[in-house]
Amino acid sequence: MVPRQVKELGIAYVLMAASFACILIVFFIFLFLFREATPFVAKPGLGTLFDERWIPVSFQQQRFGIYPLITGSLLVTFLATALAVPFGVCAAVYIAEVARPKEREFLKPFIELMAAIPSVVLGFFGLVVLAPVVKAAFNLPTGLTALTGAILLAFMAIPTITSISEDAIKSVPRSYREASLALGATEMQTVWRVTVPAGLAGIVAAVMLGMGRVIGETMAVLMVTGNAAVITLNPLRSVRTMTATIAAEMGEVTYGSAHYQALFWIGILLLAATFILNIVAQRVLRSHQRY
Amino acid sequence: MRLATYFIVGVIAYIVIDIVVKGLPAISWEFLTSPPRRGGAEGGIFPAIVGTFYLMVGTIVVALPLGMAAAVYLSEYARQGRFTRTVRLSIITLAGVPSIVFGLFGLGLFVLFFGFGASIIAGSLTLACMVLPIMIVASEEALRAVPQYLREGSLALGAGKWQTIRKNVLPYAIPGMVTGSVLSIGRAAGETAPILLTVAAFYLPNLPNSIYDQVMALPYHLFVLATQHPDAEKVRPMQYGTALVLIALVLGINLGAIVLRARFRKKYRW
Repeated sequence: MVPRQVKELGIAYVLMAASFACILIVFFIFLFLFREATPFVAKPGLGTLFDERWIPVSFQQQRFGIYPLITGSLLVTFLATALAVPFGVCAAVYIAEVARPKEREFLKPFIELMAAIPSVVLGFFGLVVLAPVVKAAFNLPTGLTALTGAILLAFMAIPTITSISEDAIKSVPRSYREASLALGATEMQTVWRVTVPAGLAGIVAAVMLGMGRVIGETMAVLMVTGNAAVITLNPLRSVRTMTATIAAEMGEVTYGSAHYQALFWIGILLLAATFILNIVAQRVLRSHQRY
Repeated sequence: MRLATYFIVGVIAYIVIDIVVKGLPAISWEFLTSPPRRGGAEGGIFPAIVGTFYLMVGTIVVALPLGMAAAVYLSEYARQGRFTRTVRLSIITLAGVPSIVFGLFGLGLFVLFFGFGASIIAGSLTLACMVLPIMIVASEEALRAVPQYLREGSLALGAGKWQTIRKNVLPYAIPGMVTGSVLSIGRAAGETAPILLTVAAFYLPNLPNSIYDQVMALPYHLFVLATQHPDAEKVRPMQYGTALVLIALVLGINLGAIVLRARFRKKYRW
């Protein structure tokens, strides 16, 4: 028999090791992304990434400029956020402040269910149903545009935005509302001028987390944005995002080639972007938890 | 506001109904149980269903023990300090990593460095890393919901810390942990980007023989049929059928988790 103290200590260490695995995984993600990407620094050099043309497969000269991919990702992300925020926040306010309890019990899980629909299914829906609508509405040669991607992604961001904003609004103390109502403000005045501003930090964090989800989304954008690596701010043009580039090209690339390494650099950039967004959002959330 | 809310609800319902209505005619016993023929234009999706099932099992086998152990540590043992803070920061970071970056990571570590090749094991490990944060957060929540007096009572009777956790905390937290893990397999089943680079095969009518084999998977199969097939219009029924099976699987898993949670909540009310 092992003495109980020894056993207790052993178990504590095993459990601690499991927690340590989380740190290790994060460390390995950074390590192995850089491991595959580093040879690029020597040849053809990091400078080649800062260029306006992405032509990774070419008989004359390969170009690895990631500007069009970055503008593509940013265009789709900001459009999607602009579409998602009004709907997501309105829904959160409605669920938290206006809806009857029965309604609330149905609405919140239903919208969260949206987050469970696989992105490839949404992408498929976008390709078959939404793209023809966009094509007809704007009289375009193709329905595969930045706008189509943004509309789909807005629906992927809405559950995140709504769910976290609703928590933030609900955590505003009752006394704020009661004080406002006692001063003679109407329900709506109270909601928009007292409750929402008091929960604003949480709403901002929710939007940032939603953006993090959108910028990292791969399959839906790969399927509906048309994948043309051009620098444009026109939402009715085809664009190619960073995530879609990795997903589309990784399958056909030669291991260890410059193209392969360039794709890993795009991954590092994505990782860094979502990492920063997440950390800032967490800070904002924590600053909000002072009630 | 009500309009905005119900607009969202309407769109979600429309997407689901569109896929159900157009997918149902494609579903038949043959579709579910036979391999694809002629590049997916005919036949069924049986290998993709089996592949997704293997990946789900593989993911849960890796992620469940690790996630539960980490959650028990964080909720029962961890003290405020640099280590705990770093673990929490890692979990938040993991939760935010884009799925395609998990794919790159799985490719670099499991497929190439460990030399597993594109295989079930590489894909499962990658998916397990991806769902780990969901599992930990849900399990920790379940552990924290167990009232403190259950621990104190056991400790006061002279039980050790682990004895207390095993006999007096875990039994009440397990339902919540199960819900969390069910949700995370739902997520793993629907993901495409990580398996794209680590396991998924384009067209592989035969079933895998070992965990070092490639498999087909439902989400990737749908992607291939929808975008890579030369005659996309013609295989539309197959696409809708695959989408329906996938969405039924994922939503079914999620609904199951919700029902489980409601049932357990009723059972233990503190």
